[in-house]
Amino acid sequence: MKNWLKSLRIRGGVHAEERKDATLELPIVSSYPVANKLYIPLQQHIGKAAEPIVKVGDIVLKGQLLAHSQGLISAPVHAPSSGVITDINFYPAPHPSALPIRTIVITTDGKDQWIERIPVDDPFALEPEEISARVAAAGIVGLGGATFPSAVKLNLGRQHKIHTLLINGGECEPYLTCDDRLMQERSDAIVDGIRLMLHGMEANIAKIGIENNKPQAIKAMTNACLPYDNIEVVTVPTRYPMGWEKQLIRFMTGKEVPAESRTTDIGIVMHNVATAYAIHRALRYAEPLVSRIVTVSGNATKRPMNIEVAIGTLISDIFSICLTDKETTARIVMGGPMMGEALPHSDMPIVKATSGVLALTLDEITVAEEEACIRCASCIQACPVGLLPVDMANLIRSNQLDSAVNIGLKDCISCGSCSYVCPSHIPLVHYFKYASGELVSRQQAQHKSEQTKKLADERSKRLEKIELEKEQEAARRKAEKEARDRAKAEQEANEEQGAAV
Amino acid sequence: MKIQPISGPHTGAKGHVSGIMQQVIFALIPATMFGLYLFGWPAINLFVITLISAVAFEYMCLLLANKPTMTIRDNSALLTGWLLAMTLPPWAPWWIGVVGAGISIIVGKHVFGGLGQNVFNPAMLARVALLISFPVEMTTWANVNPIFSSQAPDFIQGLHVTFMGLEQPDAYTGASVMGHVKTELLQNHLLPESLNGVYQQPQAWLGFMRGSLGETSALLLALGGFWLLFKGIIKWQIPFAVLSAVFVLSSVFHWIDPSHYMSPWLHLSSGALICAAFFIATDYVTSPNSAIGQLVFGFSCGCLIFIIRTWGAYPEGAGFAVLLMNAMTPLIDHYIKPRIYGRNRKGLPLESEQ
Repeated sequence: MKNWLKSLRIRGGVHAEERKDATLELPIVSSYPVANKLYIPLQQHIGKAAEPIVKVGDIVLKGQLLAHSQGLISAPVHAPSSGVITDINFYPAPHPSALPIRTIVITTDGKDQWIERIPVDDPFALEPEEISARVAAAGIVGLGGATFPSAVKLNLGRQHKIHTLLINGGECEPYLTCDDRLMQERSDAIVDGIRLMLHGMEANIAKIGIENNKPQAIKAMTNACLPYDNIEVVTVPTRYPMGWEKQLIRFMTGKEVPAESRTTDIGIVMHNVATAYAIHRALRYAEPLVSRIVTVSGNATKRPMNIEVAIGTLISDIFSICLTDKETTARIVMGGPMMGEALPHSDMPIVKATSGVLALTLDEITVAEEEACIRCASCIQACPVGLLPVDMANLIRSNQLDSAVNIGLKDCISCGSCSYVCPSHIPLVHYFKYASGELVSRQQAQHKSEQTKKLADERSKRLEKIELEKEQEAARRKAEKEARDRAKAEQEANEEQGAAV
Repeated sequence: MKIQPISGPHTGAKGHVSGIMQQVIFALIPATMFGLYLFGWPAINLFVITLISAVAFEYMCLLLANKPTMTIRDNSALLTGWLLAMTLPPWAPWWIGVVGAGISIIVGKHVFGGLGQNVFNPAMLARVALLISFPVEMTTWANVNPIFSSQAPDFIQGLHVTFMGLEQPDAYTGASVMGHVKTELLQNHLLPESLNGVYQQPQAWLGFMRGSLGETSALLLALGGFWLLFKGIIKWQIPFAVLSAVFVLSSVFHWIDPSHYMSPWLHLSSGALICAAFFIATDYVTSPNSAIGQLVFGFSCGCLIFIIRTWGAYPEGAGFAVLLMNAMTPLIDHYIKPRIYGRNRKGLPLESEQ
C-alpha cells in the first residue's frame, strides 16, 4: 500500500522493453590487452576543456596527469595506460556530428605500467575539503552520463549543508547492465565510496535507489550496507526514466526540485553508483579515473560484454573484442537506446560518459514512417516533466520557437519517452533538440548584432564628439579672432583718439 | 551502414495509427453484429454502403489534396464510416449513408486538413447534419425483426427497402424509447404509464428495442468500451465522466419527480449514451489532451446530453452534446495543462524548502 502510494509520485514514463538479458549474467571483464592506440579527448566533462601539460614524444605512465583542469568547472585527464604521446591534435569527437575535438593520442607500450601511487592510510582522517580536492585531482566526473565534475558537486553539497546523499542505481536505460554488475560485484567498494562522499560533504544519510528489476544488485548492496545505519537501499519501480535525477528524488524523498534550481537547494545531492566506485578507487588506491565499465550489446554483437575499458580505447577495438558484425550493424549508439547518441562510425574513443556501446541491427531500431498526429495524447501522458510534446512540436514545426519555450521547451530533458510511445512515429525529441540548438544560435546571432550595434553606436558617438569638439574649437577660434579684432579696433580707435588729442 | 543523424530514442514501441483504429473497430464488432442481426438485410445494405462510400470519399480527398493515398490503410476512414453507420436508423435509404459519409469525410475531416486536424468528430457532424436536413428519414426507426425471422425482409426485400424505400412504413417502424417518452410527455402523459409495455429492463440492456443500427445494445457497447480500456486505447476519464454526469443528474431529478424524469437506468440503457461515452467522446482528435481536461470535457458532455434529452426539442442529445464540447476542446486545452515538474500551475518555479 505504502509502495503503491509512493508510486503515485512518479509521473509519466514508459515501460521500455528492457533487452538486458544479453549481458545481465555476464561478470565484468577486466583482463584484455590494452589497445595499441588510445585517443583521449581533452573535454570529457561539462565545463572547460582541460589544458595539456605533456607534449608529443613524452613517455607517460598509467595514471599520469596529461592535462590539468581549467577554471572552476572542469576536470583533468590522465593517461589510461603507459606509452608514448604520439599526437596532440583534433580528432572526431564521440558525438553524432563527429566534429573535431582536441585529443591526446598515446601509443601504448603494452606494459600498462602504473605511475607511483601513494594512498593515504585513512581517508576518513582527511579534512572534507581534502576529499573533494582529491576527487577533483583524480578527474572524476558524473559517470551516469551527465559528466558534471564530481568534486564541484561535493563542494556544493558541503556549502549547502545537505541532509541526504542519494545514490542513483536506477540504470533505467534498456540494454545497459554496467551499473547492475558493478553493484553486484563491487558493492563493498561502492558503499565505501558513498561513505567517503558523505564525509566529503559532511552529510549523514545516504540512500541508494535501485530499480526492482535488479534483485541481485539490491541484495548485494543491502548486504554491503548492513554495517552502516545511515546508508539504506531503496527499491524503486522499474519505469523509464526512473534514473532521471529529479524523478528519483521525488520518488525517494517526496520532494520536488524547483525549476531553475539545483538539488542542493532542497538539501539533496545525487551521485551515480559508478561515481561512488571511482571515488573509492581514487581515495583508497590513489588511482585517477582512467577506465570505466561499459556494456557492449545489441544484436549485431556476437559476444556481448560488460567490460572495464581504458578511457580512449576506440569503439572499433571494443567491437573486434566483442565480435561485432559490421554488416548487420544498422546503427551504433553510445549510451542507452533512449538518450544515447547515434555515432556515424566506430573510430571514436570511449570517454568517461560512455556507459554503453550498442551495435543495433535494423530490427532493433524503429524505422517506421512518420504518420499524421492523431492527438492521442500518449506523449503527454508519457512525459515525466509534464510537458505537452505534441503542442511543442507543432509550434516548432511552424517556427514559433519562442512560443515553444513559453510552454516549457527548456524544461524538456530529452528523455525520449514521447517519441518512444508515439503511434505516428513522430520524432518529437528531434524537434526539441533542433529547436534548442536553433535558439542558441539565434541568441548568439542576436548577441553578435547587439555587439555590432553597440560598437557602431559608440563609433558614431565618438565621431559626433569629434565633430562637436571641432565646432567648439572653430567657435572658440572665431570668438578669439573677434575678440582680437575688437581689441585691435579699440586700440586703433584709442590711438586715433590719442593722435587727435 | 546507413548514417542517419537522428536523435534518440533509437528504439520505440511498435504501435501504429492503423493498429489503434483496428482495435476500435474490433471493439465495435459485437454491437454492430448484434444490430445487423436485429434489423436484417436493409441494415446490412446500409452498413456496407456507408463504409464503402466513406473509404471512397477518403481516397478521392487524398487524391485531390495530392497526399499519399497509401494512408488510406490507416483505417481511419473505415472507422469514421463505421461509427456513422452505427448511429443511423437501420432501415434508412441508401443515399443517407452516402451523403452522411460524404459530409463526415469531406466536410468533417478533409476540409480541416485531414487526419488529426478536424475540430469536430466527423461521424457526429455527419449524423447531426443528416438529422437536421432529413428529419423524417433520420427518425424512422425500424421494428426489431431479427434476420431470418418470419417477419424479417429477405435479401431481395432488403434491397427494395434500401434502394426503393418503405411502402408501408407504419407496419415496420415505430418510435424509439426516448422518442416515445418525449411525445408522451408533451401530451402530458406521465412516465410510469407511458413506459408500460414499451420499456423492459433486461431486453433494453441487451438491445432488443428500436434504435440506431449499432446503438441499441448498451451491454455489447460497454463490452467493447471495456476492451478499449483494457488495451489502453482509451483512458477511463471521458467515459467515466460522461456516464457519471448523466447518472447523477438523472438520479437526482428522477428522485425528485419520477413521473416526469426518466430513471438513470433508462438513460444509461437506451439511446446513444454508451456508444458516445466510449467511442465518440473519446475520439483523440477532438477531445482534450490532459487527464483533468478530459474529465471536464466528459462531465460537460454528460450534462449536455441530460439537458437536451430532458428539456430539449430532440429526444436524443449525444450528437449535439459531443459537437458542442468539441468546439470547447481548444479552450479546455488552453486553460487546463499538466503541471510542469518543479513549477506551479502558472509555470513559475516552486518555492524551495529545505
